[in-house]
Amino acid sequence: MPTKPDIPIALDVQDLQVYFKLRGSGLSRLLGKEGGTVKAVDHVSLRLRRGEVLGLVGESGSGKTTLGRAILGLVPATGGAIEHTSGGESVDISKLRGRALREHRTKVQMIFQDPHAALNPAMTIATQVGHPLVIHQKLRGAELRERVVAALESVGLAPAEQFMGKYPSDLSGGQKQRAVIARSIILNPDVLVADEPVSMLDMSVRAKILQLMLDLKHKLGLTYVYITHDLATAKFFCDRVAIMYLGKVVEIGPTDEIFANPRHPYTQALLKAIPDVDPAKQVPRDLPRGEIPDAARPPRGCSFHPRCPLARAECGWEPRDLKALVEEHWTRVPVDEYEHEHAVVGGLRELNTDAKTVLVQPTRGGTVAEIFAMFTKIRDENPDEPLWSGVTRIEQTPDGVAFDFAEPAEIALHPAGSSEVACVRVNAQ
Amino acid sequence: MSDPTIYAQHIRIWYGTPAGPVRAVDDVSFSIQNGEILGLVGESGSGKSTIGRGLLGLLPPGSVMDGELAFKGEDLLALDQKERFKRRGRDLAMIFQEPLTRLNPLMRVSEHFTETLRTHFPKISDAEVEKRSLDVLQVIGIPPSRWKAYPHEFSGGMRQRIMIALALVLRPAFVVADEPTTALDVLVEAQIIRILRDLAEQFDTALLLITHNLGIIAEACDRVAVMYAGKIVEIGDARDVFSDPQHPYTQELLRSTITLTTDGLHSIPGAPPDLIDPPSGCHFHPRCPKAMAHCAVAEPPVRNKRGGKPEPGTTDVACWINQLADVPEDARGPLERGEISVADEA
Ligand SMILES: Nc1ncnc2c1ncn2[C@@H]1O[C@H](COP(=O)(O)OP(=O)(O)O)[C@@H](O)[C@H]1O
Ligand SMILES: Nc1ncnc2c1ncn2[C@@H]1O[C@H](COP(=O)(O)OP(=O)(O)O)[C@@H](O)[C@H]1O
Ligand code: SF4
Ligand SMILES: [Mg+2]
Ligand SMILES: [Mg+2]
Repeated sequence: MPTKPDIPIALDVQDLQVYFKLRGSGLSRLLGKEGGTVKAVDHVSLRLRRGEVLGLVGESGSGKTTLGRAILGLVPATGGAIEHTSGGESVDISKLRGRALREHRTKVQMIFQDPHAALNPAMTIATQVGHPLVIHQKLRGAELRERVVAALESVGLAPAEQFMGKYPSDLSGGQKQRAVIARSIILNPDVLVADEPVSMLDMSVRAKILQLMLDLKHKLGLTYVYITHDLATAKFFCDRVAIMYLGKVVEIGPTDEIFANPRHPYTQALLKAIPDVDPAKQVPRDLPRGEIPDAARPPRGCSFHPRCPLARAECGWEPRDLKALVEEHWTRVPVDEYEHEHAVVGGLRELNTDAKTVLVQPTRGGTVAEIFAMFTKIRDENPDEPLWSGVTRIEQTPDGVAFDFAEPAEIALHPAGSSEVACVRVNAQ
Repeated sequence: MSDPTIYAQHIRIWYGTPAGPVRAVDDVSFSIQNGEILGLVGESGSGKSTIGRGLLGLLPPGSVMDGELAFKGEDLLALDQKERFKRRGRDLAMIFQEPLTRLNPLMRVSEHFTETLRTHFPKISDAEVEKRSLDVLQVIGIPPSRWKAYPHEFSGGMRQRIMIALALVLRPAFVVADEPTTALDVLVEAQIIRILRDLAEQFDTALLLITHNLGIIAEACDRVAVMYAGKIVEIGDARDVFSDPQHPYTQELLRSTITLTTDGLHSIPGAPPDLIDPPSGCHFHPRCPKAMAHCAVAEPPVRNKRGGKPEPGTTDVACWINQLADVPEDARGPLERGEISVADEA
C-alpha cells in the first residue's frame, strides 16, 4: 500500500494559508459587498507519499483549486510551507520565485477541468504538447518531434501523426483532455495536480480518462493530487481523501475508512446526497439546509455549523443563524402572519453579525413582548433545532429581546479511527 | 383515461447547417401524464435539449419539426406562432440550467414576477401578483422577506429556486427542466431535485426532466427515456429500466457510470455518431457489444420488452435482440467490424 511509512514523502504541505484580499470594486461596493479577506486555504496540512493518489473533495468554493494552484506556485502562499521532495532533494515551493519556480514547475504539473479552455484554439496539438519542451529544454527539430510523438502515443492519441497537425476544435472532449494530459507529462514530472479532470466529460468518457491516468501513474511513477466534487470517482481513484469545506480540511483519511466510516457530518451529508442509480437503495434523506456561506464572512466556530443536523451548543452559533431561522420560519407561515411578524421585527438587519450577543429591537409599530412571543413560537415549532442549544440567554429588556450565544469550542483535526476529523462532536467521543 | 398532458408521436427535428441537415431528433414518441416526471437521459449531443425546445416551440430559425404533438388533446403543431407563444409560460414552461444568465440583475424578484404575470394577464393587480408569487416562492423555500431583493443577493441554489418559481407561477400543466442542477453543488442539487419532485405532485404538473445524470433520474423520475443519437432507444418505468435494462446502450451506460459501488472501470468504445450522416440500421450498432449482422442494415422498430406492440405502461425498446423472431436466421451472427481506436473516440 502506498501509505506504508517507508515510502518517501513527495509532497508535504504544512499549515498552508492562501488568503485573498478583496479590494471591492466600485460595482461590488454599489451592490453592497465590501472588501474583505477570503481565506481560500486556511491552515491546511497534507502529506503525499510517492505514488499515492490523494483526493481533495468538496463543493465549489472550498479551496480545492487554490490549494492545487499553490502547489504549483501559481498563487503565493500567505503562510506555511509546501515541501516538495524529488530525487532526494527538498524545496519549499512557497518560497520559490522566478527562475527557480519555473524550474520547479517542470516537476509538478497541473491538468485542468476544462480541456477546451486549457488548449489554444489557434495552435496545433503538436505545437501545444511540445511547448513545455521548447520553453524548458530548448528542444527543436527531430528530437522535439520524437518526444511529442511519444507523449501523444502514451496518452492513446495514436497514431500520433493523425493528431499532430490537428487543432483543438478537431478533437472530441475526451481527445482534448488526452492532449492536455500529454502536455502535462512531457517534462517527466513526478507530481500531477488534476483539477476535476473528468467532470466536464460525458459519463462514458470519464472512465476512459481515469483509466488512462491510472495507467500513466503506474508507468511513470506519478503522484497525484486529484481534485473533485464527485465522491464516486474519488472513492474509486484515490488512496486517501481529504474532505474540504470553506478552506479547511474537515476530514482526512484512507479512502476505505472515509467511505466505510464517514465521521464528519459534512462527509456524511455528501455521501447521503449522491443520487443513487439503484432505485432499491434510495433512502429517505435528511439533507443539510442552506448553502455554502459567503467565504469572506465564514461562520464562527465550525464553518459547517449553520447547516449541520448534528451541531451542538459549542459549534459556533451566532446572530446570523437566528436570522436564517426566522426566514426559514417565514417560508412556512401564512403570508398574513408573516406580514404581522415582519411589521414587528422589521428586516432583522441587527442579526447580520457574528457577535456573541445581540439585541433584537421592535420597529415603531411593534413591542418587545411581540418579538419575544414570535421567537417563543419559532422555538416551540422545533425545540430540537440545534441552534437553541447554543443560545445561553433570551431575555426581554426594555429595549428589545437580548440573545447571548455560547462560546465556540476550538475546532481542529483530531485522530478518529484511522482518519482525522475536525468536529467537536466526533472529538468529544 | 383522459388525454395525456403531452402526447408526442414520431417527432423529428432537423437543424439546417452548411454541412447538411443535422437529424437531432429522429422519430421519437412518448407521452407524459399530469403529475408525472419523465426523465430524458443520454450523452451530450444525443438530442435531449432539442426535444425540450421543440415541445415548447423554442427551436431556432432554420430548424424543422414534424410529427404529432398534442397538449391535453389539442394539436400544438397546428397553432400559429402567436398562439404558441401565448401557450408558452401559461401552459408550457421551461426551467434552464443557468439561472444567473436568465435573471435580470437590475430587476428585483418582485419585478421579475410582475413582468411574467403581466405578460399573460395584463390586468392583474399588484396585490394579486404579490399574493400569487409569494405562494409559490414559499413552497419553494424563499421567504417573503426577500420579495424586493435583487438576484445577486441570492446564492446559486436560491436563484435556481427563483427560476423554478417563475416558471411555476403561471401554473403551467407542462414544464421542461433542462439540466436544472448541473451548475449546482451536490447538496443543493439534492434539495432542488426534491423540490421538483414535490412540485410535480403538489401542482399536478407533467415534467420532462432532462439530465445526463442517471442517479438523478433514478431519484426523481417515474419514467425514463434513454436517448442515443437522436432516438429514444428505451423508455419505461424508471425502476424497471434501471433494474432490468433491455437495450445494450442502456446496459452499457449503466455499466460505465461511476458510482460508489464501482470497483472496476468500464467504458463504451467509440463515440456517438455524427448526426448529419448517422450509421445505417441501428444507430448504436458500431459500438454495440451484442450487434448482429442484421443490426447494420435494418433499423429496429420500437417494441415492448416482450416483443409485442408498445402499450401504455410497458417498457419499450428499439433493439433487434428483443425481436429476434423478426431477424432473418442467417443475419443473427455477430456483426463483423474493424477495431475501434482512440482516434474514433469521444
Ligand atoms: N484570485 C482570487 N481572488 C479572490 N478570491 C479568490 C481567488 N481565487 C479563488 N478565490 C476564492 O477562494 C475561494 C476558494 O476558491 P477555489 O479554490 O476556486 O475553490 P474550489 O476549487 O474548491 O471551488 C472561493 O471563495 C473563491 O471565490
Ligand atoms: N442550433 C443548432 N444548429 C445546428 N445543430 C445543432 C443546434 N443545436 C443542437 N445541434 C446539434 O443537434 C444535436 C443534438 O443537440 P442537443 O439537443 O443539444 O443534445 P443534448 O441536449 O442531448 O446534448 C447535436 O449534434 C448538436 O450538435
Ligand atoms: S439493434 Fe443490434 S446494434 Fe442495436 S442495440 Fe440492439 S443488438 Fe445492438
Ligand atoms: Mg475548483
Ligand atoms: Mg442539452
